[in-house]
Amino acid sequence: MLRFLLRRAALIVPTFIGVTLVAFALIHFIPGDPVENISGERGMDAARRARLLHEFGLDRPLPVQYLNYVGQVLHGDLGTSLTTHEPVLREFATLFPATVELAFFALLFALAVGLPAGALAAVKRNTAADYVVMGAALTGYSMPIFWWALLLILFFSVQLGWTPVSGRIAVQYDVAATTGFMLVDTLKAGDWAAFRSALSHLVLPALVLGTIPLAVIARITRSAMLEVLREDYIRAARSRGLGTVRVVVVHALRNALIPIVTVIGLQVGLLLSGAILTETIFSWPGIGNWLIHGVQARDYPVVQGGVLLIATIVITVNLIVDVLYGVINPRIRHG
Amino acid sequence: MDDNVAEPLARAPRWRAFWYTFRHNRGALAGLAIVVVLVLLAVFADVVSPHPPNEQYREATLQPPAWAAGGSARFLLGTDPVGRDILSRLIHGTRLSLAIGFISVALSLSLGIVLGLVAGYCRGVVDTVIMRVMDVMLALPSLLLAIAVVAILGPGLINAMFAIAIVLLPHYVRLTRASVIAEAGRDYVTASRLAGAGPVRLMFDTILPNCTAPLIVQATLGFSNAILDAAALGFLGLGAQPPTPEWGAMLADALEFIQSAPWVVTFPGLAILVTVLAFNLMGDGLRDALDPRLARS
Repeated sequence: MLRFLLRRAALIVPTFIGVTLVAFALIHFIPGDPVENISGERGMDAARRARLLHEFGLDRPLPVQYLNYVGQVLHGDLGTSLTTHEPVLREFATLFPATVELAFFALLFALAVGLPAGALAAVKRNTAADYVVMGAALTGYSMPIFWWALLLILFFSVQLGWTPVSGRIAVQYDVAATTGFMLVDTLKAGDWAAFRSALSHLVLPALVLGTIPLAVIARITRSAMLEVLREDYIRAARSRGLGTVRVVVVHALRNALIPIVTVIGLQVGLLLSGAILTETIFSWPGIGNWLIHGVQARDYPVVQGGVLLIATIVITVNLIVDVLYGVINPRIRHG
Repeated sequence: MDDNVAEPLARAPRWRAFWYTFRHNRGALAGLAIVVVLVLLAVFADVVSPHPPNEQYREATLQPPAWAAGGSARFLLGTDPVGRDILSRLIHGTRLSLAIGFISVALSLSLGIVLGLVAGYCRGVVDTVIMRVMDVMLALPSLLLAIAVVAILGPGLINAMFAIAIVLLPHYVRLTRASVIAEAGRDYVTASRLAGAGPVRLMFDTILPNCTAPLIVQATLGFSNAILDAAALGFLGLGAQPPTPEWGAMLADALEFIQSAPWVVTFPGLAILVTVLAFNLMGDGLRDALDPRLARS
C-alpha cells in the first residue's frame, strides 16, 4: 500500500514541474517585459532600463531565471498583483473559500439530482422516463452555462424577484470572515437574516455551476447501473423476493458507485472551468472572477499565480481520487 | 483482421452495418439533420440572410422579434442595440462557429494523431516525454488553459482557435496512442513489418486506418467542445472581437439590455445550445454505431 502511494505521488512531480514551466513561460512569451510595462508609453533611457532589468534578474539566462522562479514558488512567493499591490498568494487565499463554497454546493446539487435521475433512467430503461432524463442530461451537457445563468437570472431574479442578481451577501450585513465560507461565518455569528441572505445569493450560481456536472453524473450513473443490473447477484437478490427499491438502492447503486466516485473526482477541473464563467456573471468574489479581471487588466502575476495554483489543486485532487480508487479497488493498486 | 486483404468486399457491409445502427438512433439522425442545415446556412450565409450582418438600421434599434408586440416582419428575430438584424448576424455567426470548430479540430487532430502515433509506436523515452507534456495540459481546466493561451497570444478569433486546438490536443494524443498500442502487437502489423514496411509506412498506412473509429467520435465531440469554448471566450471578451457576429461575443455585447430586450441575449445562446447539442447527438450516435464496445446498450 505504501509503495503504491509513493509511486503514485512520485508521478505528479514531473507534472508539477511542467506546470511551473507553463506558468513561467506565460510571463516570458507575452509581448513586452515588466520593465516596459513600468515605463509605459513615454519610454525610458537605456541605462535605467538596463539597471531595472538587472534588478529584476531579467538579464540572466532563462534557465537561471526559471530556477529563481521555482525557488520563489517553493517559498510561497508568487509575486505581487500589479493592480492591487497585494501578494498574489494572499489574494488567492482570501478568495478561494468563496469558490470552494460555490463548487461544493454545485456538486451537492449535481449529486442530489444526478444520482437518482441516472438510476431511474437505468431501471426504466427505454421508457419515456429514460428518454426524458437522458435528453435533459444531453441538453445540460451541451449548455453554454453563461447563457443558462442569464436565463435563470431573468426568470428567478428579474421576473419572480426570488433571488438576488449578484454577490455573496446583501450589503447591509457585515459578518466577520473567520473561515471565509459565508454560510459557516453567518451561522457562527448567529445572524439568521445574514445566513438567509447568503443562502439566497448562493442558490442560482450553484445551480448554474452544477448543471454540467449534473448531466455528466446522470449519464455515468445510468451506464454504471446498467452494467451492475446485469450481474448475477442482482438476479439473486431479485429471486430472493426483495423489492425493486431495495435491490436498486442497496444492491445496485452501491456497487455502481465506484465508477461514479471516480467521475466525481474528475469533475474538479470542470467545476473550476465553470466557476470562471459563473463567477464572472454573478460577480461572485472567487478566484474565477479574480483571474478574469487579471487577464483583462493584463495583471500577469495574477494570471501566472492563478494558473499555477489552480493546476496544483487539480493535480492534488486527481492524486487523492486515484489513491482512494486504489484503496477501494485492490486490482488498481497492484496493476 | 483480414480486412486489409479483402478490402473491396469488406467495405460495403461494414458501411451498411454502420448506417443501420446510426439510422435507428433517432437522436443521432436529428443531430445529423441539424448539422446539415447549419452547414448549408454557413455556406450560403450571404444568400439566405435578409440583411448584411453589420448593417446598422439606426431608425430600428432594439426592435422586438416579429411575433412580439411592436415587432415587424422586416426583422424576424428583432434587432440589437445599434439596429443590426439579429437573424442575419446569427446566420453569419454559424459560419464562424463551424469554422472555429473545423479549424481547431483539424489542427488538433492532425497534430494529435502524429504525436500519438509516434508515442505509441516508439514507446520508451519519446513516449514518456510526450505523455508527461499531455498530463500537464490535462492538469489545467480547459477554459483556464484556453485563457492562458489567449493571455499569451492576445485576444482574437484566430488566437482563440489556436487556444482551443491546444486544449483539445491531449485527448487526441491519448486516444491515438492507446489504439496504436492495442494494434501494434497484432499479426497484420507483424506481417507488414516482415514484408519490409518502414516505421512511417507502418504507423500511417498500416496501423492508423485501424484506429479511426474512436478518433472520428472524439473529433465530432471535439467540435461541440470547440464551439462551446469559443463562445465562452467570446463572451469573456477574449475571443472574437466586436463587431464580428460571433455568438458568444454577441451575447456579451448586449448584456446590459437583457432586461429591456431579452431577445438580444436569448437567440445567440439558443443558437449555441442547438449547435452544440446537434454535434453531441451525432457524436453519441457515431460512437454507438462505430464502436460497439462503447455502445450505451
